Amino acid sequence: MPYLPHSPDDVRRALETIGVDSIDALFDELPASLRNPDIELPPAMDETALMAHLRALAASDVTGGPTFLGGGMRRHFIPAVTPHLALQSEFVTAYTPYQPEVAQGVLQATFEFQTMMAELTGLDVANASMYDGATAVAEAALLAVRHTRRDAVLVSRGVHPETRAVLATYLRAQGIAIQTVDLQDGRTPVPAGPDGAACVIAQQPNHLGSLEDMATLGEAAHEGGGLLVAVVDPLSLAVLKPPGAYGADVAVGDGQTLGNPTFFGGPSFGFMVVRQELLRQLPGRLVGQTADVEGRRAYVLTLQAREQHIRRGKAKSNICSNHQLTALMATVNMAALGPQGLREMAAGSVRQAHRLADRLRAEGARLALDAPFFNEFTLSTRQPGSVVRSALAARGVHAGVPVGSEYGLGHAVLLAATELVTERDMDALLGALRAGGELEAAEVRHG
Amino acid sequence: MAEPRRGSFPSIYERSRPGRRAARPPRHDEPDLAALLGEDQLRDDAPRLPEVSELDLVRHFTQLAHRQFSIDGNVYPLGSCTMKYNPKVHEDAARLFQDLHPYQAPETAQGTLQLLFELQRDLGALTGMDAVSLQPAAGAHGELTGILMIRAYHEARGEGEQRKVVIVPDGAHGTNPATASMAGYSVVEVESDARGEVDLEAFRRALGPEVAAVMLTNPNTVGVFESRILEIAGLAHEAGAQLYYDGANLNAIVGRVRPGDMGFDVVHLNLHKTFTTPHGGGGPGTGPIGVKAHLADFLPVPLVVRQDGGYGLSEDLPHSIGRMRSFYGNVGNLVRAYAYIRTLGLEGLRRVSGHAVLNANYLRVKMQRAGFRIPYQRLNMHEFVAQPPEGVHTLDVAKALLDYGMHPMTVYFPLTVKEAMMVEPTETESLETLDAYAEALGEVLERAAAEPGFLAGAPYDTPVRRLDEVRAARQPVLRFPFADEAG
Amino acid sequence: MDIRDNLRYATSHEWATEPDGGLVTVGISDYAQDQLGDVVYVELPEPGRKVAAGDAVAVVESVKTASDIYAPVSGTVEAVNEALVDTPEKINESPYGDGWLFRLRVEDASELRTLLDPDAYRRAAAEED
Repeated sequence: MPYLPHSPDDVRRALETIGVDSIDALFDELPASLRNPDIELPPAMDETALMAHLRALAASDVTGGPTFLGGGMRRHFIPAVTPHLALQSEFVTAYTPYQPEVAQGVLQATFEFQTMMAELTGLDVANASMYDGATAVAEAALLAVRHTRRDAVLVSRGVHPETRAVLATYLRAQGIAIQTVDLQDGRTPVPAGPDGAACVIAQQPNHLGSLEDMATLGEAAHEGGGLLVAVVDPLSLAVLKPPGAYGADVAVGDGQTLGNPTFFGGPSFGFMVVRQELLRQLPGRLVGQTADVEGRRAYVLTLQAREQHIRRGKAKSNICSNHQLTALMATVNMAALGPQGLREMAAGSVRQAHRLADRLRAEGARLALDAPFFNEFTLSTRQPGSVVRSALAARGVHAGVPVGSEYGLGHAVLLAATELVTERDMDALLGALRAGGELEAAEVRHG
Repeated sequence: MAEPRRGSFPSIYERSRPGRRAARPPRHDEPDLAALLGEDQLRDDAPRLPEVSELDLVRHFTQLAHRQFSIDGNVYPLGSCTMKYNPKVHEDAARLFQDLHPYQAPETAQGTLQLLFELQRDLGALTGMDAVSLQPAAGAHGELTGILMIRAYHEARGEGEQRKVVIVPDGAHGTNPATASMAGYSVVEVESDARGEVDLEAFRRALGPEVAAVMLTNPNTVGVFESRILEIAGLAHEAGAQLYYDGANLNAIVGRVRPGDMGFDVVHLNLHKTFTTPHGGGGPGTGPIGVKAHLADFLPVPLVVRQDGGYGLSEDLPHSIGRMRSFYGNVGNLVRAYAYIRTLGLEGLRRVSGHAVLNANYLRVKMQRAGFRIPYQRLNMHEFVAQPPEGVHTLDVAKALLDYGMHPMTVYFPLTVKEAMMVEPTETESLETLDAYAEALGEVLERAAAEPGFLAGAPYDTPVRRLDEVRAARQPVLRFPFADEAG
Repeated sequence: MDIRDNLRYATSHEWATEPDGGLVTVGISDYAQDQLGDVVYVELPEPGRKVAAGDAVAVVESVKTASDIYAPVSGTVEAVNEALVDTPEKINESPYGDGWLFRLRVEDASELRTLLDPDAYRRAAAEED
């Protein structure tokens, strides 16, 4: 049997040592009537058959080709060196570093991750990562609730709809009210009367791609006695003002764009970075620097008394695992690219997105919004977004995340561009849109 | 940059020199960012990220990997963690699916959706549950999902106000009470009896019309099967409570008895334990949940469904608790778990639990012969609790083991046993490895007796020795101290 | 184990002084600090907060544990030992002196009589050990 080392002799020897007759005898305390039920599972496969089966499944997926998909995850450049280093088997098959003497690899890499995230966001303390961006936002809202002892939060409709859905699930259980602030012309207006709100949550760039005036939102939040929670794409921070510079108290987001493949939505990782004053409210694992008995610098999980395995019912969160390995991918990737490489990726994305928007406009297409955007924008379409997306897919182009009706923009899709998008990719997208009647229709409308 | 102290391993920041880099993204003309985005949107200074050559980068992370224990390098019998071998073929399998985007048109993701649909079906069959969601990102996340569903169920029946309490055994994993609190419940702990099982009388007393759920791990956290589980389930249901199965210890019984058949209403699985997706140094895990039919309406959205002759994602579940995360789940890990189930089949999975329990009992006998105390004198399941002899501290034994290149067991858990050592060898370790482990433990005890003080100094041969954890917590240094911030 | 004769004790290991001008000073016993190990962090109550006897009002953390500190008597928090924020080790070094936690203005001094006297506490601690 694969992965099981025991020969029949080994089994006999082990049973003798234990003093029982059979393996089944070890399970005597299981309710007899329920033992060894008939379970319908497909038959076992050997390695060759397994891989053939999986390759056949993967072949029913369509990947590769021009892609302009965004909406929370994007395909970015990942140098070959990143997965080769991050996915070394010592990192892949280690447990949580509870024995620091033999876990300096994971611990130091995490400490370096925390440093890089603090640098990108301009805030003081990053945790060791969380499940994903959406759950990190929900945890940030709970942090603000604990800190301010208030029981309501304000969230901009510009925050990703799935993130807001997760926020609703988490907060409902604790009786915390959520007020959603509608966008005006694709951006979050200064909310009327944030008094009483534990925080204002806004996303930069927002779900429709627009750049928000985060500093003004922060002032409004602070005047009302609450916190500003900035939901950010970490890669954009190679170019954009860091949350710490516009007064954010907490920066959260999803780290996929820093060096993880999209993997049909996961695993990526969430991150959370806070001002020093909020350290004690921060959920999740933290690595700190200290020294060993010989004075050598060393790293260790610290401030663990905040966590569930010690505080149990009184912990700041029930979160136990982080997303260590995907965060390590980001750590290696940031170190591989450095500030210059990361900036080139962010700026290249901006350049290609604006180039795409120009070419679309030149062909008569209409952007749904006039607000400045980063590397993603909203295109008005003639047909419903999901129809447009399928039509493009049929022509070999992955593009067109449908924009929900909650935004009141009519039929529209998100288009994202990254540094990996080429001029030829844009040709393909324009060709496919034209063939689908989208550009022609726009011309008629404008003509 | 500050130079590292003698003997200290360098930080990536200490290897950094301005102008170096390892990787170059595709080149584009430099855009006029101020014109496109607005001057006030741009950052003033570049973030301080490392600047290193590719070879220096490779050396740094390769040497860090060498400063790390792992299953691939070391026996790692952490109780409650199921540190079994992570098959290499799973890594190849997962990569086949890594380029899919979550928002690509569903008709272009049929292979992945089919895989996810079949995994929902197979996990349901293995646990005896009627419906499965693959969404939760970890065990604790699965717990929260399940408890929120139980809450929604009671609310739908008009008992939401009445049921405010979750019962957990005193030996429960810390996530259980933390999850209950996070879901807005208060927690009542019930004691265990002398055999390590839930004390039925105490349990009976704790039950009442205010109880929403009972969370159990079975086998429980001392490695003992709750032999009166059917009675427990009956009592819980009579009181109107839902029974929650913490799947952390499923490896002991997979294929042999199903939580659904034992009377559990909800189960979460730790795919990173029983179904051997790698732990990754602390995650990503994956914690799918399964439920009985009466709870299926409350599952989180979206679900993978059969649709129009193919597969799709459905948000159409009016009583759903909502979303628990973005997108659909940790798909990379779901592929690995799928590959594992398809490789072993039912017969193989039954053998997994059989050999896991065999190995744990074998090592228990060996450790007892080596001088360790076994507080629960009975056959155990996939893990067992031991204690060092009087006068020897568990922590010292654990640290001494590190010098043998062996990872210690889980220490000081469960909290209900003094100086607890929780040992779970898993089915993938050979008898020779277990013999060597017990032998090393025996030597440690001999050394402790012969040379008082030796253990307190251990480990001696690890990359670093015991750390000053008090300093780390009193004056937290949580990011690299750049030279201009020193002091 | 150092148990001071001039103090009253709770079974949860807090000590309290006799009221002095209506004020009772509270800390944790020498036995408690020894059981906890090196204290690394203290969470103190807000001055002005009204507490009932038995309420969890503060938290004392060591590296591997966190202990709730309960108000031994009812009252209003009048002062907290701010020095512990930067030097929590004072709880280990001087549990009955510089390591005090907070002062309560008590309403009903007779509540103190429900606490253990030094002998009773000595017996209780010995039993727990």
